[in-house]
Formats: sequence, structure tokens, C-alpha cells
Amino acid sequence: MQATSHTGYAGHHDHDSHGHPTGWKRWVTTTNHKDIGSMYLWFSFVMFLVGGAMSLIIRAELFTPGLQYVSPEFYNQMLTLHALIMVFGAIMPAFVGFANWMIPMMIGASDMAFARMNNWSFWLLPPAAILLTASIFVPGGAAGTGWTLYPPLSIQMGMGMDMAIFAVHILGMSSIMGSINIVTTILNMRTPGMTLMKMPLFCWTWLVTAFLLIASMPILAGAVTMLLTDRHFGTSFFSAAGGGDPVLFQHIFWFFGHPEVYIIALPAFGVVSHVIPAFSRKPLFGYVSMVYAIAAIGLISFFVWAHHMYVTGIPLTGQLYFMYATMLIAVPTGVKVFNWVTTMWRGSLTFETPMLFALGFLVLFTIGGLTGLVLAMTAVDIQLQDTYYVVAHFHYVMVAGALFSAYAGLYFWLPKWTGHMYNETLGKWHFWLSMIFFNIAFFPQHFLGLAGMPRRIPDYAQQFADFNVISGIGAFGFGFSQLLVLVIVVQTVRGGARAASRPWDGAHGLEWTVPSPAPYHTFEDPPHFDQAEAHG
Amino acid sequence: MARNSNSNRLRSGSSGRFFAALLGLFSGAANAAWELNLQEPATAVARRVYELHSLLLWVIVVIFVGVFAVVAYSLVYHRKSKGHKAATFHDNTTVELAWTIVPALILVAIAFPATSALVDMRDTSEPDLTVKVTGYQWKWGYEYLTGDAAGVKYMSVLSTPREQIENKAPKGEHYLLEVDRPLVVPVGKKVRILTTANDVIHNWSVPAFAVKTDAVPGFLRDTWFRADKEGTYRGQCSELCGKDHGFMPVVVEVVSAEKYAAWAGEQKQQMVAVAEDPNKVWTLDEQLALGEKVYTTNCAACHQATGEGLPPAFPALDGSAVAKGPRAAHVEMVLKGKAGTAMAAFGEQLSETDIAAVVAYERNAWSNKLGEVIQPAEVKALRGK
Repeated sequence: MQATSHTGYAGHHDHDSHGHPTGWKRWVTTTNHKDIGSMYLWFSFVMFLVGGAMSLIIRAELFTPGLQYVSPEFYNQMLTLHALIMVFGAIMPAFVGFANWMIPMMIGASDMAFARMNNWSFWLLPPAAILLTASIFVPGGAAGTGWTLYPPLSIQMGMGMDMAIFAVHILGMSSIMGSINIVTTILNMRTPGMTLMKMPLFCWTWLVTAFLLIASMPILAGAVTMLLTDRHFGTSFFSAAGGGDPVLFQHIFWFFGHPEVYIIALPAFGVVSHVIPAFSRKPLFGYVSMVYAIAAIGLISFFVWAHHMYVTGIPLTGQLYFMYATMLIAVPTGVKVFNWVTTMWRGSLTFETPMLFALGFLVLFTIGGLTGLVLAMTAVDIQLQDTYYVVAHFHYVMVAGALFSAYAGLYFWLPKWTGHMYNETLGKWHFWLSMIFFNIAFFPQHFLGLAGMPRRIPDYAQQFADFNVISGIGAFGFGFSQLLVLVIVVQTVRGGARAASRPWDGAHGLEWTVPSPAPYHTFEDPPHFDQAEAHG
Repeated sequence: MARNSNSNRLRSGSSGRFFAALLGLFSGAANAAWELNLQEPATAVARRVYELHSLLLWVIVVIFVGVFAVVAYSLVYHRKSKGHKAATFHDNTTVELAWTIVPALILVAIAFPATSALVDMRDTSEPDLTVKVTGYQWKWGYEYLTGDAAGVKYMSVLSTPREQIENKAPKGEHYLLEVDRPLVVPVGKKVRILTTANDVIHNWSVPAFAVKTDAVPGFLRDTWFRADKEGTYRGQCSELCGKDHGFMPVVVEVVSAEKYAAWAGEQKQQMVAVAEDPNKVWTLDEQLALGEKVYTTNCAACHQATGEGLPPAFPALDGSAVAKGPRAAHVEMVLKGKAGTAMAAFGEQLSETDIAAVVAYERNAWSNKLGEVIQPAEVKALRGK
């Protein structure tokens, strides 16, 4: 506390801790961005394990040809819930957790702008998660439609589908509230002197992401509401028999769904843009072009949705437009990769766990991006659509992109959160096991897809058997390696070497000017913004 | 068909499957199952797609190697442990402009072959024959609209025995990629495929032809292919369509013009021969024999051969209120289906004779010993309603 420059800090602290509930009431009623950030992160880790267990059920069934462990219906439910839980329950809340913890500390704000709404944004998540997972146990089971929920298949489902729809509604509300909070905080609560173009890049990525969420989540909510009324109230939005069109749903869904990809990817870019400069001991290269690239990616992401729909029979002119627009995204994405590479160039590199995960992200995300370029070509995409090539592609982007970046951020900021250094040896083990098993699990899926193995099937022809065995071994290895995170985080929370206020000598930013662990309340008075702390 | 010749290694039995699979890994060098690329193209369009993919693969490999060569250099030479001091530069407008413009130019260059391949792929004009393909949960219906076989119409159902899927019998060479009646088309002719579906969205796909088109209920989509050489080509439904999505393969038999003409003649003759007399009076035994066949092909996937169904999504028929209740309601259920469920309207798929037989079968099989015969005329009367 003595390290903070402002006066009257201790007085505030006493005042606040006085009337504060303790025990479970503290967590239920908290409006503190750090508490809420921690809850988001724990929640997302629990959902990550649940979604991960489902993926292992999928890989176990696919280990050999034939039906072994689960029925095709249950298999479909697993692949649907795996995706919904990983996207909405694990990855998105993880980055909201980072946003809660880090944005106020990065911009020198005392807390999020709407502290009570922040509490509510979080506490909407558990009911949604319960609705989703409990739907397995209702008559008819969970939705077995894939996370895309396409009608008319989703019209055929039992009440598990309605539970998924309500879960999506609730998650959407939570995301919108969280986003409004983030936009307001970033635009209004930056410390004097921190102009937008001096703001840490993580805040920039979240500013754009929050706008994407505010614009796209209501569209998803509309789509699933139309599904709900088609299911129960006799409307025919998506039924040709009543004058509707099943493909309309796909247009609406992907108008949300494509920005969603960047909702997940952009904060990941933000984290990496802090970690790479810190361990290169060199400022981020091309800050301004990074900001423009983020904004460009965010904008273009609204105009490429039908590249998920090349085989639905959209007209040739439509296919051509969406192909060109999709190719355009490669330009700003390339700029970001080149900037990270150049940041490392002639730096002074060290390879602590956060840097390893950031490098893993860079390699694997680039692979995912390049296969995305292949898939952008409509003629090739038609050959690869709904095959394992697509599964490989988006796992390279989502797991190796978003998850690896989240791990980079976790190891980077864990000392700030807990006041202890994590176990570097275990961290490195975690990285290398993840990196190796991830590639064993997903790289062969490119070959499966090229050879024509469709996705979302519980059983397959025998020529696909060998690569599925490899993929299965990789998936189980990857899954069990993730338990190391739990060990490492619990160890670090409980003890370990004391962390200095700036444990990484190359790290810059206001968050490193407060002690570790960060006091319960930081920056109750706006801190002095020193130019040396600019540009993350 | 590289794809067919390499799946002859059978894996059987339940014990030791894991080790068999592991062994398979190491004996893999001599085994052609390690397909690393797209299937061997069998049409001009598929060849263009293959070439376009190869081109793109080279482009992305070169980009990847180029970028990560720079990274590798940094990782080796610019490390702190080697005493490298960090530079302080953080901007360079020339470089930044270059790496915005150069990738854009590469993309423009790729766009040309990508566009022309696509335009070719979508040109369904002037076909030699047209076949309408209808997706059902979980089978394909083929109907020849023009050409020698115009008017020929049949269902194509997975022919892999249940025992193979449940690992009770060794898996055959074309496990899950075989059907009772494939689509038969002549070699070298432009075949236009119209797709639609009866219940949910399916996708008719044959990788060797680079054909993959959604079958959307209530709408028609089209695609085409012109197969270079005779042979059997296999694909699968490529849009999740419910529980047996993985069990509705597409098989296309490409034959010579003569064989095709002969096949078409045969089909037409057969259609006349089996043209049913809707006024024929059936006996119970005749109906049960036909009904069981119809049931196995159309009903057993959901309601199961045992009639026990898979409740609650797929209700039991054995002892059910419908199967033991009023026969008119039972016939209507089969004719018109049940909205909002997977129960399809079979009136559009099956003849009156078949429907009468399958209803009679359901009312007499298992414990439903009602002893009722249902005449096609009865179905015809209800269909009109």
C-alpha cells in the first residue's frame, strides 16, 4: 500500500472492509472488479473442464470405427454442448475475467463503471450453465443439433432445446451488460493523460470486442427467440410449409456467429500484445497499425457471415462477394502477426511460461489463419465444408488461439493477482504438454478432412481409422495436461516466492505500479500517467 | 478410387481393438490408408478444385516458412541469455505499408483462379440428364426427371449390417459407405442434380466430384458433375440431420452409356411389373411379409426392430396407444407424420400398398397381436382426406 502514490488510501480501505460481508456472502454481493474477475476465471475453468470432459467422450467414441460407448443421439448432444459450453461458458467468460481484473488497473480506474451491474453480469452465468448442462437429464436429452442450432432439426428436439435457448438468452444478457460496462469504463474512466491512442492494447481489443458483442448478441437472441416461437407458438419463420425459410436462420445465426469468432480472438490478440513486448524487452511494434487492424477486423467481421454458408445454395454473385470480403480479413490479420514478429526482432528474449504460450499462440494461430485462407476460397471450401478440415481449422484458432493466449495472460498476471510467483517448471511442463498433445490431436484432422471425413458423425469408414487413433491419443493427452493448471494456480494462490510489484522486468503499464498482490482497492485517485508506462 | 482400395484392412472383435489400432499406426507405412490430400478427382471441376487447393497449400506453406524463419532467427540470436540488448524501434511506415500491400496483391492474384473455378462449378446449364435427390431422415430418394431413365424413382439406404456397426461382426470393405441401390449415371454426361429434403436439411456430397450441396426442405438447389471414368464413387451426408446422420451414405455408380441404357430399360420394366393393383385384396401373411421389409427399411432406425423405440424421442410401437388404437388414426399417423417431431409423412414416400402392409405389420408384430389386415384401398380413402 505504501507503494501507491495517493494519500488517504488506508482510510478508504478501512472504511470499505468494515461493513463488508465475509464468507460466501462476500462473493454473492461483491461489486469489486477483482473479486468478480476471479469469479469469472474460476467459472470459466470449471466450464472448461465440463466441456473438455464432453470432448473426451466424443474422442473415446471416435477412437475406433463402430459404435462403442454412446448412442448416436447422445453423441450429437455431446458435440452440441461441448461447443456451446466452450464458447459461451469457458472462453468468453475467461476473457471477461481478464477484462474485469485488468482494465481498471490498466487505465488507472478505481473499479468498473457500473459495479453492481458487474455483479449481476457474473451471477447470470451460473443459472445459464445449469440450464445447459442439466438439459442432458431431461426427457429427450439436450439439444443434438450442433451449436449452430439449425432448424428444422432444432424444431424436432425435445425440451432440452428450450433450455439451451433460454441459456443463450441469459448468456446474451450477461454479455451485453458486461460489454456496456467495459465500453463505459474505457471511454470515461481513463486516468488523465491517457488518450485513446496511448491506451494499453488489451483495452483497445476489449473496446472493439464489446462493441461487437453489443451489436451481435441481440441478433442471436432474436434468432433463438424465433426458433422458440416456431417450436411452440405456430410461427413459420424457418418452415417452408408456412412460407418461411430454414436458410434464413443460418443468415441470422452467422451474422452473429462470425463476429463471435472475433469476440473470442480479439481479446486474445490483446493479451499477446502485452506478453510479447514484455519478454522481448522492447516496445510493441506498430501500435497505431495494431489499433487500426483491430478496428478493421471488427468492422469486416460483420460483412463475411455467409462464408459459413457456401453450400446452402446462395447465388454465385453472393459466393463471390463473400469470398472477396473474407480474403480481405487476411490483410489486417497479417499486419498483426507481422507486428508481433517484428516486436521480437532484435529484442532481448527470455522464455518464461507466458512467453512460451504467446509463442505457441503465434505459431498455431497463424496455422489456423492460413487454413482459414484456404477455406475462404469458395470452390475449395465446398470440398472441405462440414469435414474435419474445418474442425481442425477452428480448433487451431479457438484452442491454440484463444486458450493459449488466455494461458499466456494467466501466467503473466498471476503474480499480480496472488502476490506469488507460480512454479516455473510446472508452467513449462504445462506449455510443452499442451503444445505437443494439441498438435497430435488436431493436426491429423486436416488430413481426415481432406480425405472427406464429415464432421459430427459418431462412426466412420475404415480408411479414417488411423488418424482418428492419433487424434484420440492427442485429445486425451491434452485434456489431462490441463489439470496441471489447477495444481499450479492453487499452489500459487496458497504460497510461493513473493512477487515484486513488477515481476517481469520488461513489462509496462499502470498495473505494474501497484503492489503484488494488488490491493483490494486500487487507484481510488487517478494515478499519474507516465509516458514510460504507455503502449502496454 | 484410391479411397476404396485402401480400406481393406479389417478390424474385428471387441477385445484388443485398442492394440490393433495402435499396431495399425506402426504398420502404417505400407498401408495406403494414410491419405494426406484430397481424394483423387473424377471430374474436371474436382480437378480444378484439387489444383486450386495445391496452389493455396504452396502459398500458405511459403508464407508460414517465411514468417517463422524470421521468428526462428530472433529466437536463436536475439535472446537475453546470449547477451543480446533490445533495440528500441517501434515504428517503420515503409515496412508497415509493404506488409499491408504485398499480402493484398497476393490475395488479388489468388482471386483469379478461385473465381474462375467457382464460376465453372456453379454452371448447371444444359445438362444431359437431371436427377432429383431428396434427403430423408436417414436415406436418399432418387428420381430421374429426364434422360433414358426418366420416371425411375427409388430410395437408397445404407446396406451395412447393424452387426458390423455394433462390432458384432467384422466390418466390410465399404463399411458405412455402401447402399442397397446406388445412383446410376452414364459416364461423360453432364448430370444435373436437384436437391431438396423432406424433413430437415441434409447435404448430398461426393468428394471425388467436388459436389456438396445442401438439401433444404421446401426448396430446390442444384449442382452438377460429369464423371470422367466408370466406377463407384462414395460420399456421405454432410449436414447434421439427426441421430443417423453418420449412416446415410451417397453412392454413385458411373457406367458406360450402353450399360446405363440397359439399366434404365430394366428399371422401367420392373416398375411396370411391380405396378401395384390398389384393388388387390391382401391376406395377412402376404401383408406381414411385405410389411416387415418396409418396416426394416423405413421405421426400424427409430422405432427399432424390436418395436421398443428409443423413448422419449422415438416412442415404442410395441403395445403403444397408436399401434393398438383405432386403425384410421394409425394409418393417418404414417401417412401424414407428426409435426415438430422426426416422424415423417410417409404418404409422400411409400405406396398405398406399402403403407397398408407396414401398418398391418405394426399392428400384428411383437405383442400387438390384433390380427388385422389393412387393404390398400383403405389407405387410399384416408390419403384423400
